[in-house]
Amino acid sequence: MSNRKLLIENVHVEGYDTFDVYRKHGGYRSVEKALKSMTPDEVVEEVKKSGLRGRGGAGFPTGMKWSFLAKPEGVQRHLVCNADESEPGTFKDRYLMEKNPHLLIEGMITSSYALGANLSFIYIRGEFMYILHILEKAIDEAYAKGFLGKNILGSGYDLDLRVAPGGGAYICGEETALLESLEGKRGNPRMKPPFPAVKGLWGNPTVVNNVESIAAVVPIVNDGGEEYAKIGIDRSTGTKLISASGNLVRPGVYEIELGLSVEEFIYGDDYCRGIANGKKLKACVPGGSSVPILPHFLVTKTAAGADRLMTYESLADGGFATGSMLGSGGFIVFDEDQCIVRNTWNFARFYSHESCGQCSPCREGTGWMEKVLHRLEHGHGNMRDIELLEEINKKIEGNTICPLGDAAAWPVAAAIRHFRDEFEWHVNEPQQAQTRNYGLITQPSVAV
Amino acid sequence: MAHTDNGPVEFSAETMSKINELIASYPEGKHKSALIRILHLVQTEKGWVSTPSMNKVAEILNIQPIEVYEVATFYTMFHLEPVGKYVFEVCRTGPCMLVGSDNIIEYIENKLNIKVGETTNDGVFTLKTAECLGGCGYAPLLQCKYKFHEHLTKERVDELIEEYRSGKHDQN
Repeated sequence: MSNRKLLIENVHVEGYDTFDVYRKHGGYRSVEKALKSMTPDEVVEEVKKSGLRGRGGAGFPTGMKWSFLAKPEGVQRHLVCNADESEPGTFKDRYLMEKNPHLLIEGMITSSYALGANLSFIYIRGEFMYILHILEKAIDEAYAKGFLGKNILGSGYDLDLRVAPGGGAYICGEETALLESLEGKRGNPRMKPPFPAVKGLWGNPTVVNNVESIAAVVPIVNDGGEEYAKIGIDRSTGTKLISASGNLVRPGVYEIELGLSVEEFIYGDDYCRGIANGKKLKACVPGGSSVPILPHFLVTKTAAGADRLMTYESLADGGFATGSMLGSGGFIVFDEDQCIVRNTWNFARFYSHESCGQCSPCREGTGWMEKVLHRLEHGHGNMRDIELLEEINKKIEGNTICPLGDAAAWPVAAAIRHFRDEFEWHVNEPQQAQTRNYGLITQPSVAV
Repeated sequence: MAHTDNGPVEFSAETMSKINELIASYPEGKHKSALIRILHLVQTEKGWVSTPSMNKVAEILNIQPIEVYEVATFYTMFHLEPVGKYVFEVCRTGPCMLVGSDNIIEYIENKLNIKVGETTNDGVFTLKTAECLGGCGYAPLLQCKYKFHEHLTKERVDELIEEYRSGKHDQN
């Protein structure tokens, strides 16, 4: 299939991170078009028509999210860009912001105009401090050229744009935790409702969007929502940045048209070029650490035998029984030498470390799962531990005020679902499990 | 290691001017939003975030000290104890582990003769682990003073240690 790039096409052009070079390649056209010839509602309408779905992981339609924004008279509104990219396996926004900072700035201006926001923020994880400086340089240039500040391009529209860092906390990728952090507080998620669209930053109506979603607004406004919607398949429209990691020949960030086959993405010459060191594929987590892991025989094909595609629908085909999720596009690949129990423990440790501690099921449950998985991995587990993990899982899922609990529970549940034999082998053969890996599992002969 | 954790502290003129600029960038009454970035500035100047430093920040922002403590203790990037001149924070999460971060951590421990969480006797290096640093495709990796060092190998770690010792990374 064709391979149109809308977000990172020119990033290898010398000086593309400067205003002048970016502008020479057609940059900031969407701002001119929106501010001079469109009403804010018309911009929202184009985003709705584009079918763009939130690129941070949840996949919620961006245009619809925008239309929920409350607009009480005389109350300031805000657009906040979520650049807290922290989901293990995900490093696409970092790439986009570092290589193409003006695209994000342009998207912020056009999107802020659509939402009627006059003070907007980019909240970036503290570890990306060097990118904060890249963005601030780009913002300074945009101010100097009249694309930010008072009366932008003589339109009468004013916008100030600021960047704020986090301090190292995965939870701040959750939008209400992010807002708390932006207010200079601990990143404890808020109870919803009220949603940020009604009460967000400093109590004002606020939209929070992922970096890539905001960047995608630029081509959508330039070319029209209908043109954008022609790319992709069904309800998976447009292009998507996929960050590929793990045991691949060529890991990295790729912009794909949604609908590319998973087979092509893993093995194709234009993409990851297969499994590193001539090994075999064992498993794949296609959308960031929170989404269910797939065993090798469900990665490139669905349980029904159809080609698995890089779309929201196809990756979820089969539900949690035999499918997964596109998520954030954090595509993690495991070769035959990797231990699923060890990786599950590693992820559990991550969630335990990152739980904010507000809700007991998550605070206690993530720590408990980490302990149980640690003893299974280190040869001290028993069969009952596997059931125990499933029980703890059920007690976390759905019982917390933010999705971190679910995000911690799903990977464990999926690992046990597909790799139960490997978990049991760790119990039955603890000595062997310390010295060698279990290897590949075989595809069940009966349809799963 | 010589350090003091008592008595009032002062921030440099440069840090203070950045702090004041930050505060001014927020709307009237919303200056507390500058807190996290101020803590980054303080840590950059002092190397870590001490209680007197936090008290000073509270005074500058005209908020209660507890409002600073609760934030500084929540976010993992802030060192609340003295650390070495350079802190190596090695990512240990899944995608890094798949390509050998465990070995890199162990190698650095042996090379510097310290365990994770410890500082070398000469006070130059502290080794810590970090959860996903957002560089999974360039793993294994570590971060030191906001700088990423990726595609780590044992040889590269040897070089890095020499580079830091010789002050190569002290600029910028």
